[in-house]
Amino acid sequence: MKNNKYLILRRIIQIGILFLFFSGANFGINILKGNLSTAIVADKFYLSDPYAVLQMLFTGYIPAVEVIIGAVIILVFYSLLGGRIFCSWVCPLNIITDFASYVRKKTGIKPALKMKTVSGNIRYYVVILGLLLSFITGIASFELINPISIFFRGLIFGSVFSLSTVLIIFLFDLFIVEHGWCGHICPVGAFYSLTGKFRFLKIYHTYENCTLCMKCKRVCPEIQVLEIIGKETGNIKSSECTDCGRCIDVCDDNALKFKLKM
Amino acid sequence: MSEEKNKDFKATSRKDAIKTIFKGTGYLALGGLVWGGYVDDRKKPELVLRPPGALKEDIFIKACIKCGLCVEACPYDTLKLSIPSDNKVAGTPYFIARDIPCYMCTDIPCVPVCPTGALDMTSLYTDDILPKPDVNKIRMGLAVVNKESCIAFWGIQCDACYRACPLLNEAITIEYDKNERTGKHAFLKPVVNAEACTGCGICEHVCVTEIPAIKVLPLSIATGKVGNHYIKGWDPEDEKRLENVNSDVNNDKDNSGAIDYLNNSDDLLEDEE
Repeated sequence: MKNNKYLILRRIIQIGILFLFFSGANFGINILKGNLSTAIVADKFYLSDPYAVLQMLFTGYIPAVEVIIGAVIILVFYSLLGGRIFCSWVCPLNIITDFASYVRKKTGIKPALKMKTVSGNIRYYVVILGLLLSFITGIASFELINPISIFFRGLIFGSVFSLSTVLIIFLFDLFIVEHGWCGHICPVGAFYSLTGKFRFLKIYHTYENCTLCMKCKRVCPEIQVLEIIGKETGNIKSSECTDCGRCIDVCDDNALKFKLKM
Repeated sequence: MSEEKNKDFKATSRKDAIKTIFKGTGYLALGGLVWGGYVDDRKKPELVLRPPGALKEDIFIKACIKCGLCVEACPYDTLKLSIPSDNKVAGTPYFIARDIPCYMCTDIPCVPVCPTGALDMTSLYTDDILPKPDVNKIRMGLAVVNKESCIAFWGIQCDACYRACPLLNEAITIEYDKNERTGKHAFLKPVVNAEACTGCGICEHVCVTEIPAIKVLPLSIATGKVGNHYIKGWDPEDEKRLENVNSDVNNDKDNSGAIDYLNNSDDLLEDEE
């Protein structure tokens, strides 16, 4: 039987967060207002995207302290809980890029470049470049082109044109580079993998149960993190793991599970 | 032998390190030039009206985190968030006065929700004991009349902008003038007063011409600047600027060269003969 527990749970959370923002903007329900760049929770306190605030600081503008506190809350939350857990459980673009790999698998389309032929380190250069350009040009440079926030704003404020950005990402992932956006370019995910080195929530592999079916490697969007599969028992160490739980879903041998480790 | 091998290994790794650094610099340079070029293009001063209390445009685009809270707070749907195809800084709030102007809510709901301070409430405070925002201190832009397309300047009676202005007879006043063409009618010409105009755009919204003859432009575009060397001699306040000015004219300059040059120019005199 196909098990999609975590996939369904993730979609519920992703769409749920989107819906809360949407109702904040359109129905006057104040649980979450704003968007992923900065949100106000129940009209009480702010949450901010730490990478966006960091870019803002690099432009030389110091925002109100509530925003900085909001960014620190988010940073500490993701760093401690799951690093890139943002990517697979919150980010709306994840639905698009997952859909691209789903289409690729169903149709057998081969992208121009396989996942491993393009260095996975480009994204870290993008992180640095985003800050550097913010400093030089005096405007938060990645926020100017950030497809996550463009998509999110488009969904909340209903602008159809924003969807062209999403289409670019979808086609890029489908035809040009396998897992191209999330796995190679996106500096937001890269930022969280840099700060998520010491996260608590990790995926735990039990070597003894593994039958080497390699189903996990076929679904994983960051294959390099699964290097210990079939080799040793232990945690997935690399913070490039998005904690999406797809590998747990597809594993028929109870060899993978989530584990909170302090 | 083993030592030699070791040496070889070291040499390769150093070469690799240099290569890696070279490659990294290349990535950064390539990405930086393409991306930086786009960013630089986008941050040019824009012909766009910002919400009340917005910081100066160049600081505003640094400070705006693009959360859209001001847009959500606006009860008239005046404010919009720009999208990438708008040719503006994507995600920043703006309004188009001709479509929906700012209706100048007295509690200014769009400003206090701004989390970063890109919309600054303190700039709207009056000098009262209790800080209280004053809508009339808002400066989103300045209305400018194009007298060629304004029918009031043709002699047709129209005072739509004058009547619609929330600061009636302050921001827009009517100037009476004789209509020489008919000889017996008056021109009732609208005149915008920059000291009072908030840039709300209601005048632009109600203007009866096909393309509005009165338009609100961003202050940086609608206003000029005289420069420091002009002083209003009739204004005692302005005259004060002269008090501490060093008015000594520097006469130490050696002018002998120039004088000698003229006196010694024999050739000139000879030519005249």
